[in-house]
Amino acid sequence: MSAVVQIEEIHKIYNSGEVPVHAVRGVSLQMAKGEFVAVMGASGSGKSTLMNLLGCLDRPSQGRYLLDGTDVSGLDRDQLADIRNQKLGFVFQGFNLLARTTARENVELPMLYGQHHFTSKELHGRAMSCLELVGLGQRAEHFPSQLSGGQQQRVAIARALINQPQVILADEPTGNLDSKTSVEVMGVFQKLNAQGITIIMVTHELDIARFCKRNLIMRDGRLVSDVAVTGQSVATVELQKILEAEAAAKLTA
Amino acid sequence: MRFFNTIKVALRALRRNLLRSVLTALGIIIGVASVILMASIGDGAKFQVEASIANLGQNIVTVFPGNFTAGGVRGGMGSASTLTVEDALAIRTQIPGALNVSPDMRDRSQILANGLNWNSTIQGEDVNYLDIRIWSVVSGAMFGDADVRSGSKVCVIGKTVADQLFQGTDPVGETLRIRNIPFKIVGLLANKGFNYFGQDQDDVVIIPYTSHLKRIARRPFLNSITVQSATADQMARVQQDITDLLQQRRNGKDPDFTVRNQQDLAEAATATAKTMTWLLLITASISLAVGGIGVMNIMLVSVTERTREIGLRLAVGARGKDVLRQFLLEAVTLCSIGGIIGIGCGIGFSGLIAHIQGWPVQISTIWILVGFSVSAFIGIVFGFFPAYKAAQLDPIEALRYE
Repeated sequence: MSAVVQIEEIHKIYNSGEVPVHAVRGVSLQMAKGEFVAVMGASGSGKSTLMNLLGCLDRPSQGRYLLDGTDVSGLDRDQLADIRNQKLGFVFQGFNLLARTTARENVELPMLYGQHHFTSKELHGRAMSCLELVGLGQRAEHFPSQLSGGQQQRVAIARALINQPQVILADEPTGNLDSKTSVEVMGVFQKLNAQGITIIMVTHELDIARFCKRNLIMRDGRLVSDVAVTGQSVATVELQKILEAEAAAKLTA
Repeated sequence: MRFFNTIKVALRALRRNLLRSVLTALGIIIGVASVILMASIGDGAKFQVEASIANLGQNIVTVFPGNFTAGGVRGGMGSASTLTVEDALAIRTQIPGALNVSPDMRDRSQILANGLNWNSTIQGEDVNYLDIRIWSVVSGAMFGDADVRSGSKVCVIGKTVADQLFQGTDPVGETLRIRNIPFKIVGLLANKGFNYFGQDQDDVVIIPYTSHLKRIARRPFLNSITVQSATADQMARVQQDITDLLQQRRNGKDPDFTVRNQQDLAEAATATAKTMTWLLLITASISLAVGGIGVMNIMLVSVTERTREIGLRLAVGARGKDVLRQFLLEAVTLCSIGGIIGIGCGIGFSGLIAHIQGWPVQISTIWILVGFSVSAFIGIVFGFFPAYKAAQLDPIEALRYE
């Protein structure tokens, strides 16, 4: 199976301050289609910079990045925008949904950009199927303010899915959610991963990382650990445990 | 992003801060309304001047005698006695563009009728004079060619004279005496009002120029010759032809006459109105520019407020030009809506001023189009910098912006 993501000796140096900051110092890795990877590390470890590079939001100072076989390291602003639109999906910690815009319209947003032009019927149809995939088909016409945090993040995941990307990049997707909702969101990711979608996520939480198949650990701009997860947590099972615990708490109370 | 969607996003963004949008648009509304108002007042004034010039008659070229000089005393324009009936007849027969020619005699005299007296202008004219002046007779008729040939003692009188001497009764058929010579009134002229110079055009007694030469003025020289050219385009040509012809008739001596063209008068008169219009428009433009600066200010605030939204749009694949277009269109939409409301207010205020002040306002389509285009243009000019700023944002920085 060919690699969807392939980076070779990638460096990122920020020259904006007095002293150049070497945020990423020569990282090489490959990810095959259908992988589910968690990137972990302390603040300042370079994991966010790595994610920005993987997400084509930033260009490496040095090294090569092949996304789905295309070398994207030398592309300009507009070309990177098109790559993000066509090949990548983003999920953010703060959801970043447009206020006073319905869930469906939020999901349609990436389809409005890019080189293809869709009819409003196509937009509507694809947005609805993505919302159904994350279990929010009934909430399509709700505004973000009318949805819970978990539901908002699922809308954001549906938005990331709309252009059928090669990779979904999630930056601390559970950072703003409670533990039960976090498990629900991880359940959505596991379901999508089971359908063959490649997912890369940044997280602080070790137990969240255990829902992934592979864990990377960054320190001082270098990759220090790259291990396959043994005994992967299964969201449906974990959720069941939480529900049982809640029920027990109520029984004893 | 498609145009329709961009408009929808722009309208939604404007609605989100409705009060702010309305206040910002107010600058444009006031600006456009004042442009429309000033233009319609200016156009109204110009139209009024043009109408009063047209009231003098259509396509008129007038020949005046030159100045008279005797013993070093120069008499000024029209003082020379040099224009003759023969000159007038030569113009009539030899200049093809001259549609109507009337020799003019003018004198002031006391007139008596019905036991009353009144001082008025006694004018000697040819039959076609009323056609030249676009003047009609409301009672009776204009005197005829036979009266002119024979120098009959007939007259048509203006409304002022009729009011002063006959006080409401129909004067046609009555007789009035000019310098003790009885003239039979054959017609009453329609009311023509004051001319551009403020003279009462109805205070007149018109008699055949032949009668005037023979019985009233008793001199062989004309006060002027009124010539009507067939079309407005021919006016300048006719003016030149008359000059050439009269010059030729004087065997190359110094010209003792002046030929004036109605167009010159109209241009001089409307020039003032034009200057006024431009002054008012410049004032209005300043208020529009101030409105534009308000738009720019608010768009800059809007870009800052929506930095995260811009970051998100860039992250999901919007190109810089998509963001630029979105904010530019938002500014243009705001200004255009302001422009449309401004046009409405401008028309409303014009109507109000016309009603209260009785000024002759004139609302023209061209100014409405100008008002709308200018407001959209202001949106582009003052919206560009904020939109450009938004388009240049770095997606990572923008997403992280708090």
